[in-house]
Amino acid sequence: MRNKIRHFGIALTSVTKGSKLYYGWLAFLATVILIGVVSYSFQARHGFIVTHIRDQVSWGFYISNFTFLVGVAAAAVLLVMPAYLYHFKPIKEIVFLGEMMAIAAICMCIMFVTADLGHPERVWHMIPGPGRPNWPSSLLTWDVLVLNGYLIINATIFFYVLYKIYEGKDYKSIMPLIILSIPWAVSIHTVTAFLYNGLVARPYWNASILAPRFLASAFCSGPALMILVFQAVRRVSGVTIDDKAIFKVAELIAYTMAINIFLLGCEVYKEFYSGSIHLAPLQYLYFGLHGHNNLVFLMWLSFIFNVSALIIFVIPSLRENFTTLSIGCALVFLGVYIEKGVGLVIPGFIPDTLGEIYEYMPSMVEVGVAMGIWATGALIYTLLLKFTLPIYHGTLRLEPKPASQS
Amino acid sequence: MNGHDNGQKKVSRRGFLKAAAAAGAATAAAGCGGNGEIDFAEFFQSHFKEMSKDEVRSVIKRLEDKYSSKYGKQFTVKATEPMENVLFGYALDLSRCIGCRRCVYACVRENNQSRDPQIHWITVLRFKKGEKWMDLEESEKYYSPDKVPEEGYFYMPVQCQQCKNPPCTKVCPVQATWTEPDGMIVVDYNWCIGCRYCMAACPYGARRFNLAEPGLPKDEANPNTHYLGNRPRYRGVVEKCTFCVQRTREGKYPACVEICPVGARKFGNLLDKDSEVRYIIEHERVFRLKEDMNTQPKFFYFFSI
Repeated sequence: MRNKIRHFGIALTSVTKGSKLYYGWLAFLATVILIGVVSYSFQARHGFIVTHIRDQVSWGFYISNFTFLVGVAAAAVLLVMPAYLYHFKPIKEIVFLGEMMAIAAICMCIMFVTADLGHPERVWHMIPGPGRPNWPSSLLTWDVLVLNGYLIINATIFFYVLYKIYEGKDYKSIMPLIILSIPWAVSIHTVTAFLYNGLVARPYWNASILAPRFLASAFCSGPALMILVFQAVRRVSGVTIDDKAIFKVAELIAYTMAINIFLLGCEVYKEFYSGSIHLAPLQYLYFGLHGHNNLVFLMWLSFIFNVSALIIFVIPSLRENFTTLSIGCALVFLGVYIEKGVGLVIPGFIPDTLGEIYEYMPSMVEVGVAMGIWATGALIYTLLLKFTLPIYHGTLRLEPKPASQS
Repeated sequence: MNGHDNGQKKVSRRGFLKAAAAAGAATAAAGCGGNGEIDFAEFFQSHFKEMSKDEVRSVIKRLEDKYSSKYGKQFTVKATEPMENVLFGYALDLSRCIGCRRCVYACVRENNQSRDPQIHWITVLRFKKGEKWMDLEESEKYYSPDKVPEEGYFYMPVQCQQCKNPPCTKVCPVQATWTEPDGMIVVDYNWCIGCRYCMAACPYGARRFNLAEPGLPKDEANPNTHYLGNRPRYRGVVEKCTFCVQRTREGKYPACVEICPVGARKFGNLLDKDSEVRYIIEHERVFRLKEDMNTQPKFFYFFSI
C-alpha cells in the first residue's frame, strides 16, 4: 500500500514540469501573491487603520470577497449532481474540475476571513477544548464548521477518486460522501446567508429573502466562472471537454440568473412600495442617499450586466456560441461579484445604526491583499490541475507489477 | 513572568490541548505580533471566566507590571466581583441634555480610550426640533457650534444600552463578550479575536474597534483599572462602555454621570425599590431606544419637563 501511494505521488513531480506558458503563469501568480503578502504584512504591522474599514462600516472588501467565494464553492454541486446522480457522461468526465474549484474557493474563503481578523493568532479560541467556541449560538462557529467540512469532503472525494482511477479500480465506495456533498454545498451558503440574516440591527440583511438570493446568485456566478476556466483548461491542458457539458452548464445559468433577477425584483418591490425606513440601504445602492452615491454607478452596471447576461443565456443560439457565451459568463461573473460583494455586505452598514453615512471603498492595502488571495486560489487550482493531468491522460497508472520509475 | 510559572504548576489535559493548538498558531503569531516578540504567557492565557483565582491573580500581576512599565506609573488592575442583588440601570433625561459632550470626554479620560486614533464610547446625536428623529437618519453626530445648547436643536447621547437580550454577545464566535451578573456587558480583551461580528450585530453603534495601536499618552493614563473595563487595550480588539465597572462595583457613579453639568444622567440599582432609576422608570415618561428590536435595554430615556 505504501509503495502504491508513493508511486501515486509521482504525479506530484509533474507539478514542477511544464511549458514556458506554465512557468510564465506561475511567475505571474507568484508576483501577485507577493503583492498580497507585502500588503498583508503592512496591515499586520499597522492594524486596520491602513484599510478603509471603520466603526461605521466594520466589514468591507474581505468579507465581501469571502461571501462571493462561498457561492463559487457551493456551485460545484451543479456539476456533482448531473455527474454522479444522473450519470450525465460529458459532465462526469469533468466533474473533477468543479471539485478542484470548490477546494480552491474554500481555501480563498478561509484566507479572506483570516485576513479580516484583528487577532488571527487567537483563532485557537474557536477550537473546542482549549478554546470556547460559542456554538450553537454564533453563526460564525457554524460557518467555520461547514466550510472546513466542505473542504475536507471535497478534498477527500477528489483525491480518492483520482487514486482509484490511477489504480484502475471502481470508486463507488465513496458515493455516500459524494451524496453528502450535495446538501453540504447548500448548507455552506445558507449558513453564510444566515450569518447576516439573523442581525436585527441591520434591516437590509434581516430579510428572509437573503438566503434564497444568496443561493440563486451563487448558482449563476459559480458556473459562469467554471465555463470560463473550462475553456482555458481545454486550451492549455489537453483535457477534452465535451461541448455538451459546457452547454448544459450554460443552460443552468439561464435558470439561475432568471431566479436571481426575480428575487431582486421581489426585494425591490417590497422595500420601495412599502417605503419604510428599511428602504434606506436599497435607496443608497440604486439612487444614492442624502447626496451620497458612491455605489450607484456600480449597482446599475451590475444590474445591466445581469440582465444582458440573462438575455444571452436564455437564447440557445447565443449561449451555444463560444464568443457570446464567454461574454455572457464574464457579465454574470462581474455582475454577481458587484451585486454580492459590493451590494450586499457594505449597504448593511449604510446608513449605520445611528444614521450616519460613511461611504466605504477599499484601500490599496485591501485591494492588494485581495489580489494576493485570488492569485493563491488560482495557484491552488493550477497545481491541482497539473497534479491531475497525468492520471487523467492515463499516462500514470498502477501496473499489475510495480511500475518502473521512468 | 513569575505569575506565569505559578500557572504552570499543574499540567492539565487542557494545557496539553492548548500546546497542541498553539504549535499551529505560533507561526501565525510570528507574522502578526507586530513588534515581532511573542508573549507566550499572554498567548496561552485562558478565558477570563475559566481562570481559577490563582490564575486571575497571576494574569493581573503580569498586566500590572506590563502597564506600569509602559506608562511609567503604578497601575492596578482589579477583578472586583459583582455585588449581590445588584442590577445596574441607567436613565437619561432628554429634557435636560445640552449636548456639551462633557460625558464623552470624561468617559475617554476615565476609561483609557485611545486618543489617536480617537475612540469614544458615547456618541451624542443632535436633532433638529420638529423633524423626524426616531429613525436617527436625520441625526448629526459631528455638530460643532461655539456654544451649546443651540436654538432649535435637541440632543440625545447614545452609548451601550446594556441590553437584557443583547444581540452582540449572541454572535461572538468565542464568547469573548458576555453579560455580567450585575448587568454590564463586558469584553475580555485578551480573548477577542477581532472579527467584529458583534459590531455588525449591535443596533446602537456602541462597540468600537481598535484600528491601530491605542494612542494613550503616559500622563493621561488612568492607572485605576478593572480587568473587564478600563485597562489599556490592544490593537485589533473590540471595546465598549461597561457602566464604568471599575467605579460602579465600588459604589461610585460612572464618570459620565458624575461629570454631567445638568444632572441629565441617572444611575442606580434596578433591583432596589428606592433607587433613583426605579423612581424614574415608574414615574416619568420613559422609552427605550429601538424598542421594536426587542433588545430590552437597561438604559432608559425620559423627559422630565
